[in-house]
Amino acid sequence: MSVATPVVTPRTTDSRRETRRRFSGGFLTTVTWLLAIGFFFPVAWMAMTAFKQENQAASDPPTWFFTPTLDQFRAVLEGGSMVYVGNSVIATGVSTVLVLLLGVPAAYALSIRPVQKVSDVLFFFISTKMLPVVAVIVPIYVIAGQLKVLDNIWTLVVLYTAMNLPIAVWMMRSFFIEVPGEVLEAAAIDGAGLMRTMRSVLLPMVAPGIAATALICVIFAWNEFFFALNLTASQAATVPVLIVSTMTSEGLFLARLCAAALLASLPVILAGWIAQKQLVRGLSMGAIK
Amino acid sequence: MSTTTVDRLEGARRDARKAASSRPISRAEGWRRRGPLLPALIFTIIVTQLPFLLTIWYSLHSRNLLRPEADLFVGFSNYLDIARDSTFRQTALNSVVITLGCVLVAMILGIVLALLLDRPFFGRSVARTMLITPFLVMPVATSVLWSIALLNPTYGLFNWALGLFGIEAVDWTSTYPVIAILMALVWQWTPFMMLLVLAGLQAQPKDVLEAASVDGANSWLTFRLITLPHLRRYIELGVLLGIIYVVNTFDQIYLMTAGGPGTASANLPFYIYQRAFLGFDIGQAAAMGVVVVIATIIVASAALRLIFRSFEVKE
Amino acid sequence: MFRPPRGTSVRATLAAATAAVALALTGCAGAGAVGGGDGEQIVVAIVSNPQMQDAISLQDEFRAAHPGVDVQFVSLPENEARAKITASVATGGGEFDVVMISNYETPMWAENGWIENLQPYIEATDGYDAEDFVPSVREALSSDGDMYSVPFYGESSFLAYRTDLFAEAGLEMPDNPTWDEVRELAGELHDPAQDFSGICLRGLAGWGENMAPMTTVLNTFGGGWFDADWNATLASPESREAIETYIDTLQTYGQPGAATSGFGDCLTRFSQGQSAMWYDATSMVSSVEDPASSTVAGDVGYVPAPVAETESAGWLYSWSLAIPSTSEHKDAAWDFVSWMTDKDYIKLVGEEIGWERVPPGSRLSTYEIPEYAEVSQAYADATLESMNGATQEATMTHDVPYPGIQFVGIPEFQDLGTRVGQQMSAAIAGQITVDEAIEQSQRYAETVADTYQAEEGQ
Repeated sequence: MSVATPVVTPRTTDSRRETRRRFSGGFLTTVTWLLAIGFFFPVAWMAMTAFKQENQAASDPPTWFFTPTLDQFRAVLEGGSMVYVGNSVIATGVSTVLVLLLGVPAAYALSIRPVQKVSDVLFFFISTKMLPVVAVIVPIYVIAGQLKVLDNIWTLVVLYTAMNLPIAVWMMRSFFIEVPGEVLEAAAIDGAGLMRTMRSVLLPMVAPGIAATALICVIFAWNEFFFALNLTASQAATVPVLIVSTMTSEGLFLARLCAAALLASLPVILAGWIAQKQLVRGLSMGAIK
Repeated sequence: MSTTTVDRLEGARRDARKAASSRPISRAEGWRRRGPLLPALIFTIIVTQLPFLLTIWYSLHSRNLLRPEADLFVGFSNYLDIARDSTFRQTALNSVVITLGCVLVAMILGIVLALLLDRPFFGRSVARTMLITPFLVMPVATSVLWSIALLNPTYGLFNWALGLFGIEAVDWTSTYPVIAILMALVWQWTPFMMLLVLAGLQAQPKDVLEAASVDGANSWLTFRLITLPHLRRYIELGVLLGIIYVVNTFDQIYLMTAGGPGTASANLPFYIYQRAFLGFDIGQAAAMGVVVVIATIIVASAALRLIFRSFEVKE
Repeated sequence: MFRPPRGTSVRATLAAATAAVALALTGCAGAGAVGGGDGEQIVVAIVSNPQMQDAISLQDEFRAAHPGVDVQFVSLPENEARAKITASVATGGGEFDVVMISNYETPMWAENGWIENLQPYIEATDGYDAEDFVPSVREALSSDGDMYSVPFYGESSFLAYRTDLFAEAGLEMPDNPTWDEVRELAGELHDPAQDFSGICLRGLAGWGENMAPMTTVLNTFGGGWFDADWNATLASPESREAIETYIDTLQTYGQPGAATSGFGDCLTRFSQGQSAMWYDATSMVSSVEDPASSTVAGDVGYVPAPVAETESAGWLYSWSLAIPSTSEHKDAAWDFVSWMTDKDYIKLVGEEIGWERVPPGSRLSTYEIPEYAEVSQAYADATLESMNGATQEATMTHDVPYPGIQFVGIPEFQDLGTRVGQQMSAAIAGQITVDEAIEQSQRYAETVADTYQAEEGQ
C-alpha cells in the first residue's frame, strides 16, 4: 500500500463543518434513494404488470391503478412449467457443485502450493471465457447429436460447469492467496495431511469467498439462455426457454410475459437478496490479489 | 487491521512465492502440486477446445446445411469472404461500441453508487438490496421488460414519462437501437460493478481514512489520494469481467432488436448466430468464429498483461 | 480481516450445499415423473401461435383416443422454432417426431429426403379426406403429386379496416382496393397528434416479417425478386416503385416504431383502436374479433389485398405438420398428425374452445359448418376468396422459376430475405435511403442469382 503513514492528531470538532456535513449528508441520502428507486423501478413495473389483464398491460397512458389478478400466473403455471423449473434446478445446482469440486483443488494448486507457470494456466482459463459461444454452438450441436445427448439435461450441466469453472477458479484463487502462509505451515508441522489441512484450516477461512463464488455461478447458470435455446427441446428445456416460448408472435402477451419473467427471476433475486452481504464480503476478501 | 499486519502479510506472501519459485521442485513434488489442478484443466480443455478444433475444421469447408450435396474443402476462401464482408466490419464495430460503452458507463455509475452506499444512512441495506436487483434479473426477462414494457413506442413507460415533460415519443429500438440495448445492459451491469467497488471500499482500512479526515484533508482529496488507488484493482477486475461477459452479449440483442433495424445493432455473436441458424452457412459462421476468437485473444492478452499487475508477480 | 470463522459457518456452508443437492434431486424426480409415460413417446415441435396453443390444451382428447402414445410439446415463437427445427432436421439431430413447417420448407425438404412422404399414410387412413384441403394449399405442400406435409392451418393476406371510423368520416372502402386508393384513405384518417395512424404495416426485418407483405407489393406492381432467367430484379423500375410505395406509405401514414414492428405489434395497435387499416395475414381475425383482447371487435371490415397491376395480391402460407425421416416412431407420429389435421379436430376446437378459434384455411369443409359460418361471417368469404386467389398466376405479372408467392422457394431465401428485410427496415427507420437499400439488396440477390444461373447453364 503506497499511502504515506498519516500522522494521528487528536480529533477536533468544527461546528460549521459539522452542519455542512449533515446538510450534504441529507442531500446525498436523498440522491441515493432516488437512484435506488430508479434502478429498482423497472423490476417493480414488471411485477405490477404481471398482476394486470392484458389490455391494461398494453394501455396508453399506462394503467397505474387496477384490480390485481392472478390469471397470468395461473396461465404460466398450468402449462407444465414445473418441468422447466426442475431442469433449471438440476442444471444450476449440479453444475455449481461440480464447479466447486473441480475448482477448489485447482485454485489450491494455483495459489497455496503453486504449480509452475501459474499465470499461463490462469490465462488459459480466462481465455476460454473469451471464446464466443456462438463460435462453438454448431460443433457442440453436431457432437451432442452424434452422442445422442441432445435435449439432455446433463449436457447443459457439463456446459454450465465449463462455462463457470474459469471464473470460479480465478475468484477462488484470489481468496486462497490471502491465506497467510504461517497458518498452513503450522498445520503442516502438526502433521495434518493435505485433505485435513484443506478441510479444517483452509476451507473455513475461505468459506465466504467460496459462497460468493457459488452464488455467481448460480446466477450465471440459472440465467443462461443460449445453450438452453439451442440444445434442448422438450425434456431438458430450462426456465429462460419457458419465457421465450411464452412469447407468441400473435396476440397480446405482455402481462403473461411479465408474470413468467417475474417467476423465472424470483429464485435468483431472492438468493441474491439473502446472500448479498456474503457476496460483498466474499468479493472484498481480495478479489484480485 | 493495522498497516503492520498488511505489511507482514505481504511479506509472508512474497517469501512464500520466492521460496516456491527459487527452490527447484522435484518431479514427484511437481506432480503432487499439479494433481489437484489436472481435473479442472482436463475438463476445461475437453469441453471448450475440442469443439473449437471442429470449428476450425468447418471453417475450411464450404458447407451449407440446407444444401446437403455440397461439402467441399475450400481452404481459406471463407476467410477471404469475411475480409470482403462490410456487415462483418460493422458488427465488429458495434461489438466494440456496445462492450466499451456498457462497461465504462456501468463502472462510473457503479463507483458513484458504491460511494453513496458506503455511508451510514437510514435504510441503507434496503437501498442496496434495491440497487443490486437488476443484476439478478434474468437477462431474457430484462430484454422483454425493456423492449416491450419500457421502450415500446406506443405503450412503453419511458415515452409516457418523457411525454409528461412535453418530449415527443421516441421510437427507441428503431431510432436508437444501440442506445436502447446499452440502456438495458448498463442497467443490468451497474449493480455488478457497484458490488465490486463496494467490496473494495469496505476492505479499505478505516484508520487511514479517519486519519486523513482528521488531518483536514477534504473528501475529494481523500478520495483521489487514498480511495481511488486502493480501488484500482477492484475497478480493473470489474472492467475485465465486464468486458468478458458483455462482449458475448446475445440475449438482449436477440430479443430486443434482433440486430435491427438492418444490422444497426447486431454485434458479432448475433451476426454469427444469424449466419449459422438462418443462413445455415456453417463454413462461413465457423470462419467468423475463428476470427473473433483470435482477435479477442490478441486484444485480451495484451490488455491482461499490460493492465494487470497480478500477472507480473508470478514466476 | 481473516478471522477464521467459527465452526458454525462451515456447517452452514455444508448445509447450504446439501440443500442444493437435495433440491436438485427433487427437481430430478419431478422432471422424471412428468416425462414418464408407459406408451411410445413422441416429441412435437410447433410454433407458439394461439391456434397451436389450443392444440396443446386439447392434448388430453388425443391421449384418450390413443392411450399408447405419449405426446411432448416443444413450442417456440416462429423464428426460434424455425431455426431449431431446420437445424435438427438438416443435421439429423432426431429430437423431434413431428415438426411444424410451412409451404416454404415442404417441397425443398421433400426433395432432400428429410421428411416422410405422407401419401401412403393418408391413403391408409379411413375418413381422412385429403381432397377436402384447400386446393392451393394442398398443391403447395406436395412434391410430385404426393403430400409431404399436411396443413394445420392456411392463411392469405387481406386488408382490415375500421368500418365505424370509415362511416364516421364518410369514406368508403372499395371492394378491391388499389395501393393508390389505400394511400389516399390512410391520408384522410392519419392523425399522429392523437397517436392514431392511417395504416399499420410490418417493418420488422425478416423474410417472414416485413418481406412477406412487401413481396406481395413487389409482385402486384410487376416487380419481384427474380425473373424467369434468374436475373435479380429488385432494382427494376417496377420493383423500385413498389418498394418506394411501401416504405413511403409506412413513413407517411404508418405506426410509430414501424421499423421494428412485426405482426404482434401491429395486432396490438390495431386491436387497441390506434390504426384505421392494417394489411396483414388473414389469421389476424381470431385476435381482432376476440372481444377479450380487442377493443375493435365487430367494427372491422375485410377486403382483399391491395393491388396494382394484378387481379389479386394476397400471399399463401400454411403451417403444416411433417414427420422427419429420422423419427423412430413414425406410426405414432402419424396418429398425432392425422388427429390434429382431421375434420373432427376442427369440430373439437369449435365445441371445446369456441368456433372463432378454429384453425382456418386448411379444409374447405370448415367453411360449411353452420356454427363456424355464423361466427366468421365478417371474414369467412374474404379469407376463402383470398386463399383461392393466392396463386402465382393471379398475383404476378410474369413467370418465375421458383415456387412461392411472398417468398422464393429456395434454401438461400431465409438468409437473403432477412438480409434484404434488414435493408428495408433500415430504410423505413430512415437510417439509410431507399436507394441505398435497393442497391444493397440487389447486390445480395445477384449473389444468389449467380449460383442458379450457373446451374441453369450446366
